[in-house]
Amino acid sequence: MKLPNGWEMVVGLEVHTELKTASKMFCGCANSFGSEPNTNTCPVCLGLPGSLPVLNERAVEFAMAIGAALHSTISPSTFHRKNYFYPDMPKDFQISQYDLPINSGGYLDLPDGSRVSIERAHLEEDTGKSTHLGGSGRIHGADRSLVDYNRSGVPLVEIVSGPDIRSSDQARAYASELRGILIATGASDGRMEEGSMRIDANVSVRKANAPFGTRCEIKNLNSLRSLGRAIDHEALRQVEVIEDGGVIRQETRHWDENLGETSTMRTKEEAEDYRYFREPDLVDLAPDQAWQDRVRASLPPMPAERRRTLADRLTDPTEAQLDAVEVVIDLGLEPWVHSALDRGADITLALARAANELAAGIDGLVNLTLDAFTQTLLMEQRGELSATQAKTVLGELLASGGDPAAIAAAKGFEQLSSDSLGATVAKLIEQHPDEWARFRDGDEKLAQFFIGLVMKSTKGQANGKAVIAELHARR
Amino acid sequence: MKSAQQIASEVRSGVTTAIGELTTSLRAIRERNDELHVFLYVDEEGAIEAAARIDERVGRGDDVGPLAGVPIALKDNLCQTGIPTTCSSRILEGWRPPYSATVIDRLMAAGAVPVGKTNLDEFAMGSSTENSAFGPTRNPLDPSRVPGGSSGGSAAAVAADMTPIALGSDTGGSIRQPAALCGLVGMKPTYGLVSRYGLIAFASSLDQIGPFAKNVTDAALLLEAIAGHDPMDSTSLPEPSPSLVAHVNDGVAGQRIALVRELVEGADDDVVASVYRAVETLRDAGATIVELSIPELHLGLSAYYLIAPAEASSNLARYDGVRYGLRVDADDVAAMNEATRTAGFGDEVKRRIIVGTYALSAGYYDAYYGQALKVRTQMIAAFKRAYQQADLLIGATTPSVAFTFGSKTKDPMAMYLNDVFTIPTNLAGEAAVSVPFGTGEAELPIGVQLLGPGRSEARLFAAARVLEIAEGRS
Repeated sequence: MKLPNGWEMVVGLEVHTELKTASKMFCGCANSFGSEPNTNTCPVCLGLPGSLPVLNERAVEFAMAIGAALHSTISPSTFHRKNYFYPDMPKDFQISQYDLPINSGGYLDLPDGSRVSIERAHLEEDTGKSTHLGGSGRIHGADRSLVDYNRSGVPLVEIVSGPDIRSSDQARAYASELRGILIATGASDGRMEEGSMRIDANVSVRKANAPFGTRCEIKNLNSLRSLGRAIDHEALRQVEVIEDGGVIRQETRHWDENLGETSTMRTKEEAEDYRYFREPDLVDLAPDQAWQDRVRASLPPMPAERRRTLADRLTDPTEAQLDAVEVVIDLGLEPWVHSALDRGADITLALARAANELAAGIDGLVNLTLDAFTQTLLMEQRGELSATQAKTVLGELLASGGDPAAIAAAKGFEQLSSDSLGATVAKLIEQHPDEWARFRDGDEKLAQFFIGLVMKSTKGQANGKAVIAELHARR
Repeated sequence: MKSAQQIASEVRSGVTTAIGELTTSLRAIRERNDELHVFLYVDEEGAIEAAARIDERVGRGDDVGPLAGVPIALKDNLCQTGIPTTCSSRILEGWRPPYSATVIDRLMAAGAVPVGKTNLDEFAMGSSTENSAFGPTRNPLDPSRVPGGSSGGSAAAVAADMTPIALGSDTGGSIRQPAALCGLVGMKPTYGLVSRYGLIAFASSLDQIGPFAKNVTDAALLLEAIAGHDPMDSTSLPEPSPSLVAHVNDGVAGQRIALVRELVEGADDDVVASVYRAVETLRDAGATIVELSIPELHLGLSAYYLIAPAEASSNLARYDGVRYGLRVDADDVAAMNEATRTAGFGDEVKRRIIVGTYALSAGYYDAYYGQALKVRTQMIAAFKRAYQQADLLIGATTPSVAFTFGSKTKDPMAMYLNDVFTIPTNLAGEAAVSVPFGTGEAELPIGVQLLGPGRSEARLFAAARVLEIAEGRS
């Protein structure tokens, strides 16, 4: 979306990502989504009197991995307490990093070639989760509130970008690329729908090259779609306010996905004074060089590099192929594609089957061996499977694994032998002499006519390419 | 009453039984607890079970530990599984922790028998136990006077021969001051020597658990049993528990001990006289005595009364009525939080929460909390310089002997001044011990304070032992 009258939006994003550690940030409780409420809790993550936090080493490693992937500087850091009352926060303060974050500076390059700067990526703990029942459905005015502390103390990294984003498309591209990086580092599963990645957007508007305007922060955008819609809506709102002679007040705003609009949560005057001070129960965090080096050395290739590696195997890539590459990288499907290509599969076919069939059955990926995928593609290329049959075989493999040849046999996907195909083609040519004459005169469109007839008479058992070969052999 | 060391040795050798010792302890509690209000909760059943288990293990020939069968009193800010733990506050009334403090696990492993939870100033904020929501504790030596605080209940338990040893916590003097006022040995160990896991926080960067005993050896025995690294406390020192009992008779020969002017300034004459007499005693025992001035000590009180309340304002935020303890219902969550905290906290706790909140607020942080942190840094440096000239420092523990009820409750500053000599050690994270030496007004005991750098507990006990022997206490 483009703003009217020469207005430009200025956006910075704060992305919170839960880290995929086995245990929580400061205790040994399981860090897992979807357990019975209040079962993954202990005195520490319930903030019981007398309990003390002990920092999870793995959380520090994930934070450093994220920093390394974002070209940040990893520095000695400290923890602070952010003090405010909220029932889902058991200590009524959150342990976070303040003036000395573990990662500072850095940048993220987007596929369109633009670069977004990173201000910091720091460690903090998550809160519990409140559910408000009855009444307004929000904390004020609900009949009852329930709190689940399973999420309390789950490690988070908050990644703060510079105010470098200029469109909702760029914001979505940034969030999507960052998500790929978080998944690649193993730090996060990037599941926005489960809240393991949450985004706040700082939005302001200005005329081109004018100083930044007053910003509003939109909280808790839980999908890329919401992110894009909320930013566009908020930027437009601000333009309208200013053009109507009003001023933008700095405030925190809430995005209502159903209404498709933002509304005031609290103004700057109502903002909490968090009374940050050093967390006296934790010691300074100063990962030594050797530890940092180990984390850097174990960092796998990031999406941008993987995208390049895969795209480099395409000669003269088409738009559709590049789109398929994008999907394959986003979903981490390139091991299947690379393995198939290494063994002679056609790249267009491999990308298409991965970006469509594998993407659609992504949850079954654990069942699909690299070899089974390759075999299926090669069978299709050799004409032993039609496209439809190959897709059916892949579906079966994703559902329950197995051997492609055996599945094809069990489904009766034996292709017609060339003898019987030849006989069928010959019979159909005899029955349609006019069409055959036009084909012989060079009208290639008639090939499709004959393929259709062969398919109909063989109930789809024939392979299109083999039919074309037969037709050409007889021309 | 027998010493802890004697009880442990007799229980281990079968001369006496843990149950027998416990019975003596419980009888003493029954006799005087109503009068003195020492224990908020006596866990008779649990104690009997623990003692019976010790005796059973002795019978089997097991090594039951250095505190075998020794009854012990616990300050009621230490969490013990299933036992009401209140911090002497209405806000925690009825709460039973689902876990035990590391020190309690270690006591049990050492064979000790916890008999109950003792009274304190609410959330350890005070110097007389008059701030307990459940009423004050009386000084067993003179029931018209306070036992000191905040660990007044634990001090009184030992002074009244209810238990031979007790645990307290010391944030600005809360072990040493009641030890002085009740005629006991009390130590504030080096920050991090004893795990704070399970100690309900007042001011996390200052709090430290430590021992009360009638004599130096028992205090050393108790500290040895609870000290040493704990993976549950990030601020816990990495080293294992130091050897203390083995060194109590090391004496002070060759030690340089500095009398610090600021640590006697403003103290009553009888207190000053005791300190001077202690200095002479240590000189006679072979120590080299020097005199020092550490002007930075004057800043301790003001820095402390910003840092401690600031941390407390955050530590005590969790008492919001949502999860445990008191809840006063109201229309919405914020109103419930407010009503609960208004009803649940006493005046002194509220005063400190307000001061601490203010000191950390935007626009005031630099002038108050930030400034106090700088003073703390200076204090640490000043002690470091002092310890280049002396191995240990000596001064008074408190400005006076035990005072009467109500004499300081109207003026918070008068009460705060009671901790002027003890606070600097907490700010510096170092160690200090109070040992009874002489008496003052109304024959009440006077405490002399010995201060040392981090991990100097063995030397401090050895010096305290020299004074104890000179006083005719073996």
